[in-house]
Amino acid sequence: MIGPLIPMGVIPETWNNVIALLLGVGFGFALEASGFSSSRKIMGTFFGYDFVVLRVFFTAAITAMTGIFYFDYMGWMDMSMLYINPYYVMSAIIGGIIMGFGFALGGFCPGTSFTGIAIGKIDAMVFSGGLFIGVFIFSELYPLFQGLYNSGNMGAAKIYDLLGMRETVFAFLLIVAAVGMFYGAAFVEKKVKKVEY
Amino acid sequence: MEKMKRDGTFYINPYLGGVLLGLVLFGTYYITGRGLGASGAVKSSVVSAVHTVAPVHAEENKYYSKFLSDDASPMSNWLVFEVIGVIVGGFLSGTLYGRLKFKVEHSPKITGKTRLIAALAGGILFGVGSQFARGCTSGAALSGMAVLSASGIITMMAIFGSAYLFSWIFKKLWI
Repeated sequence: MIGPLIPMGVIPETWNNVIALLLGVGFGFALEASGFSSSRKIMGTFFGYDFVVLRVFFTAAITAMTGIFYFDYMGWMDMSMLYINPYYVMSAIIGGIIMGFGFALGGFCPGTSFTGIAIGKIDAMVFSGGLFIGVFIFSELYPLFQGLYNSGNMGAAKIYDLLGMRETVFAFLLIVAAVGMFYGAAFVEKKVKKVEY
Repeated sequence: MEKMKRDGTFYINPYLGGVLLGLVLFGTYYITGRGLGASGAVKSSVVSAVHTVAPVHAEENKYYSKFLSDDASPMSNWLVFEVIGVIVGGFLSGTLYGRLKFKVEHSPKITGKTRLIAALAGGILFGVGSQFARGCTSGAALSGMAVLSASGIITMMAIFGSAYLFSWIFKKLWI
């Protein structure tokens, strides 16, 4: 079966929501079991006392990336059919900075806050409530942000094209960088005073 | 398997967690052709709520109207079902490892009230930022990285760089 299965018509669209639910269960389980339902565990990455976020995030990214490249190489999946978020330069950077600010205050990101809710974290519930307010504010003030939001559209740009690299070279360097960070994280964790949480 | 404690202190090995998450993400791309997400479900809910309360306003607003179509309600969005799954999956894991408990988790240096105010502010900012970036840590950064999209890598660096800087400014909230 050549993927992606739903766009290729292998699995009918009617199964879409059931599949969404099942994949979501896997996503939520992996996040919670790794400790992402705790804001203080998440924030450990920024203070150096617990690098769980860095480890899980980059391991997940390179695992999925490797799988996609491998399946594409073997002809089991057509990578060109995968959805690529369009790159709007300024909007992506400013959005990322605002989210980082929110991360430092809230200690969660949207996905992790949902797993916090699942185990009864009241701070996660309040954070998620804030998400709705934030999206509402953005939508209502959209005329003000419209120019920025739509500026600098580079379409479905790939990072290796922007850097003028072959995709496999970039993928390899990303894996090397991730492994380097894992060693760095272990080194820093030993030096930093433990925080009880 | 390591000996498992059910007092809430046990977490799986982070590299195992990363591989699991990576396989779920890979599976999502293989089956649906798109990545995972989280903030998109919030957006769908907000669009749907505003459209129900004030249909004319939603249709006239250039942002909501992008996500309104005649044939499907925005709530029937894929990500809404996925997020329901995330909560179920988190609940299963929390049950398995003994972490189900209503509480406000905060640093001993701040009160629960301060924590909740900061969490609310953080959520609002994350909500705004995720619209600018067309996705959050899941949909833009993680899913984008798996397909080496420019937006994914740039958004990831902006989120973590900014979070690193601001977390030291607001250090008192955490340690």
